[in-house]
Amino acid sequence: MRAQFVLSEIGVGLRRNLTMTIAVVVSVALSLALAGASLLVRDQVNSMKGYWYDKVEVSIYFCTKSDAKTSAQCSAGAATDQQVQDVKAQLDKMTQLVQSSTFESSAEAYKRWKDTNPDNPLLAAVGADAMPQSWRVKLNDPEKYDVVQSAFAGKPGVKSVEDQRKILENLFGLLNGLQTAAFVIMVLMLFVALLLIVNTVRVSAFSRRRETGIMRLVGASNFYVQMPFIAEAAFAALLGAVMASGLLLAGHFFVQNFLAQRVQFIHFIGLSSVLTVIPLLVVLGMGMAGIAAFITLRKYLKV
Amino acid sequence: MIRFDNVSKTYPKQNRPALSDVSLEIEKGEFVFLVGSSGSGKSTFLRLCLREERPSTGAVHVLGKDLGKLSNWKVPHMRRQLGTVFQDFRLLPNKTVAQNVAFALEVIGKPKSAINKVVPEVLDLVGLGGKEDRMPGELSGGEQQRVAIARAFVNRPMLLIADEPTGNLDPQNSVGIMKLLDRINRTGTTVLMATHDQAIVDQMRKRVIELDKGLLVRDQARGVYGYQH
Repeated sequence: MRAQFVLSEIGVGLRRNLTMTIAVVVSVALSLALAGASLLVRDQVNSMKGYWYDKVEVSIYFCTKSDAKTSAQCSAGAATDQQVQDVKAQLDKMTQLVQSSTFESSAEAYKRWKDTNPDNPLLAAVGADAMPQSWRVKLNDPEKYDVVQSAFAGKPGVKSVEDQRKILENLFGLLNGLQTAAFVIMVLMLFVALLLIVNTVRVSAFSRRRETGIMRLVGASNFYVQMPFIAEAAFAALLGAVMASGLLLAGHFFVQNFLAQRVQFIHFIGLSSVLTVIPLLVVLGMGMAGIAAFITLRKYLKV
Repeated sequence: MIRFDNVSKTYPKQNRPALSDVSLEIEKGEFVFLVGSSGSGKSTFLRLCLREERPSTGAVHVLGKDLGKLSNWKVPHMRRQLGTVFQDFRLLPNKTVAQNVAFALEVIGKPKSAINKVVPEVLDLVGLGGKEDRMPGELSGGEQQRVAIARAFVNRPMLLIADEPTGNLDPQNSVGIMKLLDRINRTGTTVLMATHDQAIVDQMRKRVIELDKGLLVRDQARGVYGYQH
């Protein structure tokens, strides 16, 4: 196999078919960029889960005086110290499950609420005793929230058991939705890209049927006849993959320099994640294009 | 060199076979004309020899190989051992004479040094010395066919198959091409030539095989184009 000969054939083929080549490059670039984005969003969600789930706690809220009227659970009025201690005693027995638990009194809860909402107009109207006291429970395995929930919900004096994960799950749900959307669009774009590649190879094979006819006549091997077309498709896909990588890097720097400054509570994934995705895109793009070209040629360049 | 054993070929969706129960043998070094009107099965005969088609029944042996049993990936290798020439020359218009011949060697992976050596030799042999850098469009039909013959012969094949090589040429050029094919035949290469050219067949006095409606109707050692009716 003479490399120079094959390379010049590829060059001729791509130039002759320039508009189709551009269409292939752009559609491959978009589909691969979406594939990469969807992989990166998944990484981001996983990294955020790891980060946040370490910090989330389950809160066991106790009844306050004012809950007596609004909540059936608290008809007996505010929780007694004894009830609070009972819960603590039971928590301490669940050593397998519970990593640690801290008590937040009404006064502490009030102070924290005041600090986070300094401008709230209700501030003057609400006193410390309106805030529930609570046990903040850190679990060894945040997934085991249900156990705590069923153990304490309905206990005398306990108003509710809440999992902070619930709040985060909305965010993760949104990100997962984005990931799924990116994936669906990617599949569609990939399909379009495949059709374009098949068509490009067909046009290319047709416009060079004289050459390929002679090649078959003089006994060129199938590999030799098909290689320029496959290499052509793979090369177009490589250009697409390079473009897709550029788009992902641009997206990454946007996130680093713009979003990360403004949204500080999220820990964004780093450049290394982007760099591991890029080779994957190159392999995926070139492999896909090569296989599509090969299958097309089996039909159009018979022995 | 070529052996047909009870070969029939029926194309899909056709009632009449294109070739029916043909048996014959062509020996090494022979020069054979294949004659017959359009639709007589000449093209099918040649396509079977080139393994562009497989026989429906019977066996085709070319260069000692049973083509019906030859797997697809071995076909290119088998085709390297025979040369083919067509009525329409089948040259690449954007390559020079020398490049056209070299192309046939490049695509079977011959090294550059070997190509540079044999291409001028074969062009001299077919009488195109000095026209290496001309484009096919600048040549006469006879010269273009010489390029095609040079390309077919550059690998020194044992068998040369020609499908109406003089079909597009005037009588004078045709005679030139026939002399060239005769010379190639004298080097030991078997030549099988399908033709409509009565004058040439009558003049050459070689073996003539005639097909009619797919049947082998005549196989004559020193034949003419047709019986006088």
